[in-house]
Amino acid sequence: MTVERFANEFGFDILCMPAPEKEISGAYIGDLLSWVMGKAEQSNVWLTIMSNINTVAVATLADTSCILLCEGVRADGELLRTASEKGVNILSTDLTSFEAAVKIKDAVR
Amino acid sequence: MSDRLIFRFDVEGDDFTSAGQASVQVKKNLRQLGIDSETIRRVSIAMYEGEINMVIHAGGGVAEVAVCEDYIEIVLEDTGPGIKDIEQAMQAGYSTASDTVRSLGFGAGMGLPNMKKNSDSMTIDSTPGVGTRIVMKIMYGGKANEGV
Repeated sequence: MTVERFANEFGFDILCMPAPEKEISGAYIGDLLSWVMGKAEQSNVWLTIMSNINTVAVATLADTSCILLCEGVRADGELLRTASEKGVNILSTDLTSFEAAVKIKDAVR
Repeated sequence: MSDRLIFRFDVEGDDFTSAGQASVQVKKNLRQLGIDSETIRRVSIAMYEGEINMVIHAGGGVAEVAVCEDYIEIVLEDTGPGIKDIEQAMQAGYSTASDTVRSLGFGAGMGLPNMKKNSDSMTIDSTPGVGTRIVMKIMYGGKANEGV
């Protein structure tokens, strides 16, 4: 499933989507950057509440397909500008990380 | 490819807004060279963790990435406070990062373990009060070490 279809199917807010065609496979939940760096797999959806500029670098280097900001966390303009430049997709939802994970579990396998 | 192609970066200390930029640039360069994606991923992770360590702990430093015939070598050098107990620093979860740094999502204590996990060899030379030099080699076509 592409990130664009994923966002539309689950009604997640699209904060920026410079690479809508990226394919999704699996998901990883985490807020500690090194933990995510070491454990997230390529093409994962990354569920987090961390929305500072460093998440963009981690998403780029770990090759995640998109960041899904949970708990209604928002991203500021600078973050979104950088993410757009680097080709990092960022979605958001008011659901908790757990609720979002349960919702998407069958689709991202 | 008998000559080594070398990329060199100055890493700014305590600058969390641009932290990771050298690693992102290296990744881009390696992609352009047509290096396989698993190797690029390992280099990216190993280098990012080293770069972040220099930003957080050492007041910056110099990162050099050499593209060699059989492997990629990353050399990270700083003149920071050094690592007092390397064995302790290598333990997953151990961190001396400040609360401010932790609030940004760093300080999980997984930096050095991630570097070891993603490199085929890693040596750390560190002298308290003088600085730290880390050399990592990543072979082409290798895999991350499990259980580290």
